Amino acid sequence: MSHAATHTIEHAEEGLGVYTQKLGMWVFLCSEVMFFTALIGSYIILRWGSAESWPVPAETLNIPVTALNTFILICSSVSMVKAYAAAVHDDQRGLKRWLLTTVLGGATFVGVQAYEYIHLIGKGFLPSSGLFGSTFYTMTGFHGFHVTCGVISMAYCTLRAFRGKYAGGNFHGIETVGLYWHFVDLVWIILFTIVYLF
Amino acid sequence: MQHWWFPTSASSYGAELDNLFVLILYITGAVFVIVEVGLLVFLVKYRKREGRKAEYIEGNTTAEIVWTTIPAVVCVFLGLFSQPLWSRIKDPARIPADAIPLEVTAKQFEWHFGYPGPDGQQGTADDYGKRNELHVVVNQNYRVRLQAEDVIHSFFIPVFRLKQDAVPGMQIMAWFRPTRTGQFELACAELCGLGHYRMRARVFVHTPEEFAAWQASQIAPTTPAASDTTASSGRTAR
Amino acid sequence: MTTAGVAAEHLEHALHDDRPFIRKYVFSTDHKIIGIQFLFLSLFFLLVGGVLAMVIRWQLGFPGKAMPLPGAWPSTMAPDGVVLPEFYTALVTMHGTFMVFFAIMPLLVGVFANYLIPLKIGAPDMAFPRLNMWSFWLMIPAGALMVAGFFVEGGAASSGWTGYAPLSANPEYTGATYGQQLWCLSLIVFALSSLLGSVNYITTVVNLRAPGMTWFRLPLSIWALFITAILALLAVPILAGALIMLLFDVVLHTNFFLPAGGGQPLMWQHLFWFFGHPEVYILILPAMGIASDLIANGSRKPIFGYHSMVYAICGIAFLGWVVWGHHMFQSGMNPRLGTTFMVSTMFIAVPSAIKVFNWMGTMWRGNIHFTTPMLNGIAFVAMFTIGGLSGIFMAATPADMYIHDTYYIVAHIHYVLFGGSLFAIFGGIYFWFPKMFGKMMSERLGKIHFALTFVAYNLTFFPMHILGIGGHMRRIYDPSQYEFLRPLQPMNEFISLSAFALFISQLPFIWNFFHSLFWGKKADINPWHDNGLEWTAPSPPPHGNFETTPTVYHGPYEFSRPDMEQDYLPQNQPLPAPQPVAH
Ligand SMILES: [Cu+2]
Ligand SMILES: [Cu+2]
Repeated sequence: MSHAATHTIEHAEEGLGVYTQKLGMWVFLCSEVMFFTALIGSYIILRWGSAESWPVPAETLNIPVTALNTFILICSSVSMVKAYAAAVHDDQRGLKRWLLTTVLGGATFVGVQAYEYIHLIGKGFLPSSGLFGSTFYTMTGFHGFHVTCGVISMAYCTLRAFRGKYAGGNFHGIETVGLYWHFVDLVWIILFTIVYLF
Repeated sequence: MQHWWFPTSASSYGAELDNLFVLILYITGAVFVIVEVGLLVFLVKYRKREGRKAEYIEGNTTAEIVWTTIPAVVCVFLGLFSQPLWSRIKDPARIPADAIPLEVTAKQFEWHFGYPGPDGQQGTADDYGKRNELHVVVNQNYRVRLQAEDVIHSFFIPVFRLKQDAVPGMQIMAWFRPTRTGQFELACAELCGLGHYRMRARVFVHTPEEFAAWQASQIAPTTPAASDTTASSGRTAR
Repeated sequence: MTTAGVAAEHLEHALHDDRPFIRKYVFSTDHKIIGIQFLFLSLFFLLVGGVLAMVIRWQLGFPGKAMPLPGAWPSTMAPDGVVLPEFYTALVTMHGTFMVFFAIMPLLVGVFANYLIPLKIGAPDMAFPRLNMWSFWLMIPAGALMVAGFFVEGGAASSGWTGYAPLSANPEYTGATYGQQLWCLSLIVFALSSLLGSVNYITTVVNLRAPGMTWFRLPLSIWALFITAILALLAVPILAGALIMLLFDVVLHTNFFLPAGGGQPLMWQHLFWFFGHPEVYILILPAMGIASDLIANGSRKPIFGYHSMVYAICGIAFLGWVVWGHHMFQSGMNPRLGTTFMVSTMFIAVPSAIKVFNWMGTMWRGNIHFTTPMLNGIAFVAMFTIGGLSGIFMAATPADMYIHDTYYIVAHIHYVLFGGSLFAIFGGIYFWFPKMFGKMMSERLGKIHFALTFVAYNLTFFPMHILGIGGHMRRIYDPSQYEFLRPLQPMNEFISLSAFALFISQLPFIWNFFHSLFWGKKADINPWHDNGLEWTAPSPPPHGNFETTPTVYHGPYEFSRPDMEQDYLPQNQPLPAPQPVAH
């Protein structure tokens, strides 16, 4: 870790007992929770807070494909856990393998989502297609953006893993990125449930 | 009670609202005087003097409990005191039953008033409309259904102390009873675009006889109800 | 890398700083430089917001008359110097936006959180210095996008700083197509900057406190900035979410806030004020913290009731989340909800009263030094009291029905944000300028600036209460349209003249600031005889702040201890040994 990225001081006063990067990630995720709360809360108000009927999601969206995509994303969360365990145990081969798996899983998810968008837009379902279109594209779009950011940072971690930067049980970077990844995964499970299934 | 700093109060709840305002003014005024005078006294009395040292005081629990409790009690009192008046003015369920229905529609940058006609019912053949002119009878309850066509506007009649936003996509109820005859003004109080400042209507509070005469002129066969959409009409009425 | 290694590396930096100029002063990761960068940027935007206010006041005081230099104004804004209505709505929008997001908030959070947190807790820098640098550099595009609004077709955003939909959601209603989009984009970038800052401040305070700096030894300024960072962390993303939906309504023709497509205009208000009320506290809590430090120092006394001051900060912050509906009493929201919000709002009076009385308690039996920072601290208490008390009128729902959207609200917000926040900010600048730049500001000019500002400020904003009670609506371009407002016009004129005087009263500050920067008297290490750790580092502190990590022995308000000759005791010096009992 270069000195510019994080500071630690000698014998610091006891904080929460969490190292700085991890604490920073937790704090950041609190903010992310509020961001998605704004989007999801608006969706709930717009959909259930008015008398107008809502289109049946399954008539527009391809549920089986997205269900498979959800499964892939959950698997990538599992492989992230494996990567973290490998980093803790200084298993460099395992770390590289599981990080690559995670990146691939995330990238697949984004790819399938892009395919879904192209397909839906081709069918004439646009952000301007009523409240359903507005909320669908905004929520899944911002989630997709978050996954993309995750894939990019994970790819960066993978690169660093191949350069041996996590050798010797240096797992902080992996754990921190992993937290973000699990969060994005969790948000998707909520979105999939309330946007696709309900 | 009439206070110089308020415009005339001309509605049934106007005076009560002013009194609430004045009550809060007395309470906050007392706090204001205590704090500001106390501050000034301290500044003079405890100003820096050579050779003197400040007293080492870290706090006083009793004093702090006192000035935590008093504001809490006062605020609960103010809340309890305000609530009945508020719900009487704004609770749709408590609008007087004998109120005459008015349809008010706001759009950039004008007001449209839909009157129920002599039968007192909206949605009948004798309804008529008027642009930027609200004509009402003194001591009569009115129920306003507020709508907006484009953006949010706010229905504000200062002398009635009444303010209620008109929101597109919503139908919001408000009511009032004028208590004073005369000509007043209605303003838009919510920024609604570049013409917000001139989104003004005139309010005429008539005696019943005056109103009847005015209404007759509105529904006379020579002036069909829907014709009144020209800009200049406001100036000549009365 | 071991922690000791990092610390050693820092010491090395402190001893011979060989960073190139661009890393040292431009793309610097040093929290002190970043704080100073924020200072220059936000003072610039304060000036911009002030100039806009002058144009507003011109139009209100002298509606329809040509401004000075009539030829210099673009014809799309003020042909022949006469302000156009569409320019006027843009002015009120941009004045509010600049002041809230680009002046007061960065002054409090960008400047003081950045500069003070590491110094006052005894840390070498922020937890994430590089993110901190980004937090500043994102404010440049954010500000540029906002300013750009004035120069695009259709002019700057003109739906108010609150951006109420649908006025803001469909460009047809204002004509400011690109201006509104730029407004949204700019604030989204601003939200990112704020996020990076908040993550840094919170992590730093939690994890990087020097040994001995326990939670209840933190100065109140740090407590306030810490709680503020939590508020910003949680509130600003709500704004970002709302802005994104609004931007999509404008650009992608979604229907979040447009009733024609099933959207709900009131949802914007709920989102905006769910952010907006905590935002109000983001704008005042740090000022309260700074004022506490200034008042304890100026009175040479421990802060009265330190613990309850901390709890009051937390209480205000917590209540801030459950009161947003008080901005919406007349919006068409269910009146029963209005009652709930009235009660929760009233309760804010409790922690606010605790703070005011504790500040008074701090001055009581003190030895008050009338330094410029202290004068500003006192003004903060006096003016915040007025702003707080006038808020009670709006909290009472029936009274609010009359004064909502009138000049009463304008008076209230300015008593809190100018009378409160800005006086504390000025006080803070006078107080920490010696530490920031190693030079003293002129006390004489500082007092002149204070006296002029205090008088002109009250002459400007106090009469606005009376305008509001007279029924004068906010954001109207020409009050002379209304018969009932015509008798109030002399007061409008008076306010405008006072506002011009207020603007001119800032000249001594500007002169003092820049003159002292270059030719000011050299500052000692601890010119105000204060106890904070920042006063144990050189003025200005080197990169890395402290030669060795300080150890903290007590709280920050050990002034005038009876067992000591000296009337202050820095936090890194142990308490005097207890004297043997006499009897
Ligand atoms: Cu308007
Ligand atoms: Cu509020």
